[in-house]
Amino acid sequence: MDPNALILARLQFAFTISFHIIFPAFSIGLSAYVATLLVLWKRTGKDHFHRLARFWTKIFAVSFAMGVVSGIPLSYQFGTNWARFSEVAGNVIGPLIGYEVLTAFFLEATFLGVMLFGWQRVAPWLHVTAAILVAAGTAISGFWILAANSWMHTPDGYVLHDGVAVPVNWLRVIFNPSFPFRFAHMMTAAYLTTSVVVLAAGARYLIRNEFETEGRTMMRMGVGMLAILGPLQMLLGDQHGLNTLQYEPAKIAAIEAHWDDDGPADLVLFALPDEANERNRAEIAIPHFGSMVLTHKWDGRFAGLKDFPRNQRPPVTSIFFAFRAMVAIGVTLIAIGLTGVVLWWRKELFTTKWYLHIVARAWWLGFIAILAGWLTTESGRQPYVAYGILRTEDALSPVSSAVIATSLTLFVLVYCVLFSIGIFYIHRLIWNGPKGEAVKPTTLPEGLPNRPLAVADRSTRESGGKVAQSPGQAVHQPGQGQIAGQPPQQPGQGKQSSGQTPQPPDEEPKP
Amino acid sequence: MSPVELTGSAYWLPLICAAIIAIAVAMYVVLDGFDLGVGILFPYFPEEVQRDQTMNSVAPFWDGNETWLVLGGTGLLVAFPFAYAVVMSALYVPLILMLLALVFRGVAFEFRWVAKPHHQKWDIAFAAGSTVAAFCQGLMLGGLLGGIQVDGNHFGGGAFDWFNPFSLMCGFGLVVGYAFLGACWLIMKTVEGVEQIARRLARPLCIAFLLFIVLVSVWTPLEFDRIAARWFSVPNMYYLAPVPILTLVLAVVCWRGIGGKHPGRAFFGAVGLFVVAFIGLAISTMPYLVPPTLTLWQAAAAPKSQGFILAGMSFMVPIILGYTVFVYRTFRGKIRPGEGYH
Ligand code: HDD
Ligand code: HEM
Ligand code: HEM
Repeated sequence: MDPNALILARLQFAFTISFHIIFPAFSIGLSAYVATLLVLWKRTGKDHFHRLARFWTKIFAVSFAMGVVSGIPLSYQFGTNWARFSEVAGNVIGPLIGYEVLTAFFLEATFLGVMLFGWQRVAPWLHVTAAILVAAGTAISGFWILAANSWMHTPDGYVLHDGVAVPVNWLRVIFNPSFPFRFAHMMTAAYLTTSVVVLAAGARYLIRNEFETEGRTMMRMGVGMLAILGPLQMLLGDQHGLNTLQYEPAKIAAIEAHWDDDGPADLVLFALPDEANERNRAEIAIPHFGSMVLTHKWDGRFAGLKDFPRNQRPPVTSIFFAFRAMVAIGVTLIAIGLTGVVLWWRKELFTTKWYLHIVARAWWLGFIAILAGWLTTESGRQPYVAYGILRTEDALSPVSSAVIATSLTLFVLVYCVLFSIGIFYIHRLIWNGPKGEAVKPTTLPEGLPNRPLAVADRSTRESGGKVAQSPGQAVHQPGQGQIAGQPPQQPGQGKQSSGQTPQPPDEEPKP
Repeated sequence: MSPVELTGSAYWLPLICAAIIAIAVAMYVVLDGFDLGVGILFPYFPEEVQRDQTMNSVAPFWDGNETWLVLGGTGLLVAFPFAYAVVMSALYVPLILMLLALVFRGVAFEFRWVAKPHHQKWDIAFAAGSTVAAFCQGLMLGGLLGGIQVDGNHFGGGAFDWFNPFSLMCGFGLVVGYAFLGACWLIMKTVEGVEQIARRLARPLCIAFLLFIVLVSVWTPLEFDRIAARWFSVPNMYYLAPVPILTLVLAVVCWRGIGGKHPGRAFFGAVGLFVVAFIGLAISTMPYLVPPTLTLWQAAAAPKSQGFILAGMSFMVPIILGYTVFVYRTFRGKIRPGEGYH
């Protein structure tokens, strides 16, 4: 097998999936957030919930589109780059991904149409239902793909026939040992990541003294989510690690840069792992704490890297640092959440400038933690692609390195350009904020034809300068059925309701 | 292994799975066909309002449509992992190009609105992405029909084996076909200027598409003996006669629909043409999944896997079709200038 082809194929997979996961993580979280906002709006009838839902839906649409288009190449890459993997593991992995398509992708994709375009066309309850179905679809999608991925880490419920994995017990395939932990940890990661973005956006509006009602709601929701999910995520991560110790001990040894199992383990805070000489340089460690973390016993023992032959060890340095980055971010998020709760309790959440400035800049933390977490998990499985069944080097397609190099270059070029533009657009949408008026639930007649949504049109126009007002785009045509009784908001009237008193904290999103 | 030696589920499961995958691919070709076609025709609509209207006519549907492509791909992985491995390796280049093209046109749906008034580049991305994706799908079709070299269950050929006059012809044919489908869709879904332009475009596209159908029907039997034997041996000829006859009837329906009053007639005629052409191709290649070596029985997954996914499909596909119909009904009727959510 062509060694360059192997490296290139791995790079290509790592690159494309790392780009992909950024958007699903955001889509999973945002869809749930929008659904929550719509439910709150239906129940309370408060305008700002609707304005927020509209606003985040636009951002969700952009993120979702990027998730879809970056996901489709992935489902084909199993064949283009990992043909041998498809042959060996296809019997098991294939149906799981098949179920993802059947139960999740169609659901999301179809009701996305209703969610985005149905504001005026379907009854409000149906619109809210569509949003909930989209959110459920994204979570179901995570369920299946994480079952597939977890099976690659901790395969179960199969037998090997001539080197090909054949399923015998589907329940054990799906609920394989690491799946519950990975699913819980990843879903929580997605909701956490989105909460950080929402919190940061809210803080920015408050700093700018704009959209105060919305900004406050966003901050309350964000802080609440962080305070609950942050500690939960740490707990789940800890359990996840214990499970990994049981099934993939080499991964844990690499995460901890733990070479010798010659006594109670230190907790290595920092080191430069030296793989050639099998030791750590510049190590800073706390004695016994490694044992405490992984065995929850003062004198506990667990396998070190030297217990595995060299050709069965994962790379140590990248895993070691990626894991620490994730945990550092996890701790930071907990700190942000708890500080926020304290400030909230002292009624200073919206006025404490230093806090607003810190969280306004923290929006990216979750994404980096997710990438670091996946790097840890996936590199830690090496040198296997399906643990104990198929080595990565044997999983490759019979494709030449020149071809893969070309396609990799194209992917890098296209993704970097397109997705930077996409992220820029999302940023601009957030910057422009939730402008425009809301639609009252009671004023929506059922089954109206599509009509121009003056609101979204106008905010786009404001963001981009002027758009030629085209003849058909008449914004306030009488009789087109709409926002009855709501005076259109003038551009520049961004600062609304600055004097409003903070609402009681009963609008916590349901986790 | 020939099918004769197989009995029971080992014989039927692969057949049913193949039929379902064929239906998924046909759904994809028809559904994404019209929305790619709308993209291919984008440059023919000079004004911004007209482009808004054409794009909005497909915007609520495109994502659902493209999901059939994912179902086709994963269906192949699920039910025929060996065929999946061989085909994806063999068609690597056009496949990756197609996926990248789909990326461009997919993001254009959202970016074009967000970027306004600086959206010209997304107009180009939408049109070019749609055209290239359609062309690559034609190349892949041609490459598959032309045969793939298999050595001991793995792909044994080179990266550009699919490149030949026949596959190029299929590429152009599919671009024309999708454009025709797109034009008929616009006749059905739009009004005024856009509708008129679509009607003007539809006639030449209809003729060109029929020419391509004839070309493929003549070319494939001449080039491949097995296909000639399939169509022109004695009993088969009578059984298969409905295929060309139906094509003719549908062509007449389309042609009259393009000028006629009923908004949907041309579109449904065109869908019919695609379905018949697809069935024709399926008849030509049966029982091969990877002509001319791997039959669907040779490429099949473990019965346990096929059974598991079939159980899911028989439950889920009706539900999916149900809510697909629901969405098309929700957004039924003509779309007027300026409609959309952006
Ligand atoms: C935990 C979640 C998660 C993970 C690990 C992955 N995905 Fe994903 N994927 C989603 C969560 C998701 C999603 C939330 O369901 C998306 C993102 C946005 C969207 O449109 O759906 C999606 C979209 C998406 C699509 C487009 C679906 C459509 O047409 O609507 C495909 C084909 C894939 N993914 C395939 C993959 C493959 C082959 C993966 C792994 C190798 C993968 N995804 C990892
Ligand atoms: C705060 C303490 C945290 C701990 C102790 C922790 C622990 C872990 C462990 C042990 C793994 C490796 C699982 C394996 O063996 O494969 C992991 C993976 C991962 N982590 Fe964390 N984590 C923490 C915080 C976070 C945060 C804040 C995020 C993101 C917002 C995150 C996202 C992920 C992801 C995406 C993965 C890969 C998927 C998986 O295997 O679950 N983690 N985490
Ligand atoms: C969604 C987040 C994910 C991320 C960020 C991620 C990241 C990565 C990375 C960085 C690699 C390269 C590892 C290395 O070469 O050292 C890799 C490899 C791989 N992963 Fe994942 N992964 C994710 C999910 C998945 C899922 C859900 C599957 C399968 C269902 C999967 C299947 C694979 C395969 C087949 C390889 C190729 C073999 C290899 O290079 O090791 N991954 N992934």
